[in-house]
Amino acid sequence: MTLDLLPIGESARIVAIDWTALVPEEAHRLRALGVDNGARVAVAHRGVLGGADPIALEIGRMTVALRRVHARAMQVEPA
Amino acid sequence: MTRLRTAALVGNPNAGKSALFNALTGARQKIANYPGVTVERKAGRLILPSGEPVELLDLPGSYALDAVSPDEVVTRKAILGELSGEAAPQVLVIVLDASNLEQHLVFAQEVIALGRPCVVALNMIDLAERDGLTIDPAALETALGVPVVATVAVRRRGLDQLVAAIAEAQARPPEHHRPHVDMTERRVTAHAIADAAILSETKRHRLHSRLDRVFLHPWLGPLILFALLFVVFQAVFAGAAPFADALQGLVDRLTAVVRGALPAGLPRDLLTDGILSGVGSVVVFLPQIVILFFFILTMEASGYMARAAFLMDRMMAHVGLSGRSFIPLLSSFACAIPGIMATRSISDPKDRLTTILIAPLMTCSARLPVYGLIIAAFIPRRSVGLGVGLQGLVLFALYVFGIVAAMIVALVLRRSVTKGAASGFIMELPKYQMPRPRDLALGLFQRAWIFLRRAGTIIFTVTIVLWLLLNFPRAEAGQDQVDASVAGHIANGLAVVVEPIGFNRDIALALIPAMAAREVAVSSLATSYAVSAKNDTEQAMKLGGRLAGQWSLPTALAFLAWFVFAPQCLSTIAVTRRETNGWKWPGFMLLYLFALAYIAAGITYWSAVALGL
Repeated sequence: MTLDLLPIGESARIVAIDWTALVPEEAHRLRALGVDNGARVAVAHRGVLGGADPIALEIGRMTVALRRVHARAMQVEPA
Repeated sequence: MTRLRTAALVGNPNAGKSALFNALTGARQKIANYPGVTVERKAGRLILPSGEPVELLDLPGSYALDAVSPDEVVTRKAILGELSGEAAPQVLVIVLDASNLEQHLVFAQEVIALGRPCVVALNMIDLAERDGLTIDPAALETALGVPVVATVAVRRRGLDQLVAAIAEAQARPPEHHRPHVDMTERRVTAHAIADAAILSETKRHRLHSRLDRVFLHPWLGPLILFALLFVVFQAVFAGAAPFADALQGLVDRLTAVVRGALPAGLPRDLLTDGILSGVGSVVVFLPQIVILFFFILTMEASGYMARAAFLMDRMMAHVGLSGRSFIPLLSSFACAIPGIMATRSISDPKDRLTTILIAPLMTCSARLPVYGLIIAAFIPRRSVGLGVGLQGLVLFALYVFGIVAAMIVALVLRRSVTKGAASGFIMELPKYQMPRPRDLALGLFQRAWIFLRRAGTIIFTVTIVLWLLLNFPRAEAGQDQVDASVAGHIANGLAVVVEPIGFNRDIALALIPAMAAREVAVSSLATSYAVSAKNDTEQAMKLGGRLAGQWSLPTALAFLAWFVFAPQCLSTIAVTRRETNGWKWPGFMLLYLFALAYIAAGITYWSAVALGL
């Protein structure tokens, strides 16, 4: 399952990231924020006004906002 | 060992660095720019226990030393001493958010690995305790090999110990110089260190996730944001009025005092018609600027601004931008200069450039004097129903006009000049915090001071120069003073160009000095109409009334449309040049904005005339 499909509130672990699907600077920024292989994450909020973008991701004690295209590049497994 | 002279605060964004900086330096701060680069240099004076002063730098928040955004690059260069004319700080004070250790320790390890004297401030320990975390600073100290002091900047907890540790840091360089490791390894280590330092962790009650459930709600969230923005603008216009009136009264009284005290003549006219009416007409906008910045600073300090960016991201994505651009654009409603400087946090260069180019389209507070004057003079003060006034509606329309134009321009630019990969949106949503009145007051004071300094320097000078150009050479008997003056001759030339869009000679005259700053248009009109007045009674007549008698409605409307676009602010052009490292983009900005201003004013004028207004 990719991260963009993870139900809100469910905890998961990132098992693979398709870095080639991301712009290098964005990949860099995501990693700096701890969004990397092995990270435990949960989707806290998704979408505004009926859309599916952006996504608020809980990671550790942080909340990180990202877009669906980023989440789609990440494979997650329930944790 | 050399005497300690410089130290710097470093850390992730949202570590509470600025609050700590304010607490350590008080009001003894100096904000300038790094030479050659574009990032604000925030420096303050820290007094050591020995009584000796140390220059403390507040470096921009950064996630890693190899980061990409312009302000993070400055942090790296400042730490490594790579900035020209700036030695590396002798002691690095690493600021950690105690409730987010495993994240903040990643960058901390990277800084400690440099082997330079370091002190760790384990900041916001109270918020960590609130979240149910008990942390052992001693365990952290052992693991990191540098002194660790628990602090609560806003309650001044641990500050003395921190200052003492800074004073002694040079004698205690890091114990173990870590080998070079990559970010993944640092992250694993960070987790291990955090786990060892966290003594207990109860079920977190996380106030902020509950708040987010409301503020980031897909439907409720945007509703709250728009309601808030409505309140902000309402407060800016309605709330500032009594203060602005009081300031205007003060200027009027001062003018009367000068009139009474000095004999009639050129020196008196320079004081009253030149300086007091010119600078005074701008200073009355101080209350509006302070109120707008009050809201912006509160939204930033509370953590809500990042939520606003989240909510706006989807809308901004439609024109090829991201939620990140919302913050600079909102600041641009106060002034494009801090707005353009706030674009530094946008890491995508094309995104950033687009945001810079459209920032001047947000209706900044300098346009308010112009809009306010023309609307009061030409738009009837009547209700259009539901308690909404026509004047307010026109003002609102001008704001919307600017925003819509900015969105269209962004869309066009992203498809042409700043074409590139669709920009993403990645940002940390910081914890909610109660803004500290003291930090807010300090921020407001700095903004107000910048504005007053501008009024006291640029606008003051321009007003005097214009007054001189208007008064010399002196008119002969029977000749109009403006016609005879140098400024009048220049304006006559410019009037040929702007006549097709309905502008008269007086407007042409006002446009020249208004290149320095838009609000000068008002003071120039005030100055030039004061000069051409036949006597003191006429001179004392309100400027608005005089304009209503001399301008046609289409001309007034065209003048408003012109100011939605016209890039008449030297400071904005200068800051754009600095932020984009060259004349190419400010040049482009000048051209496209003047072209749009001319077209918009023309269309407004011609349609108004055609409609028989």
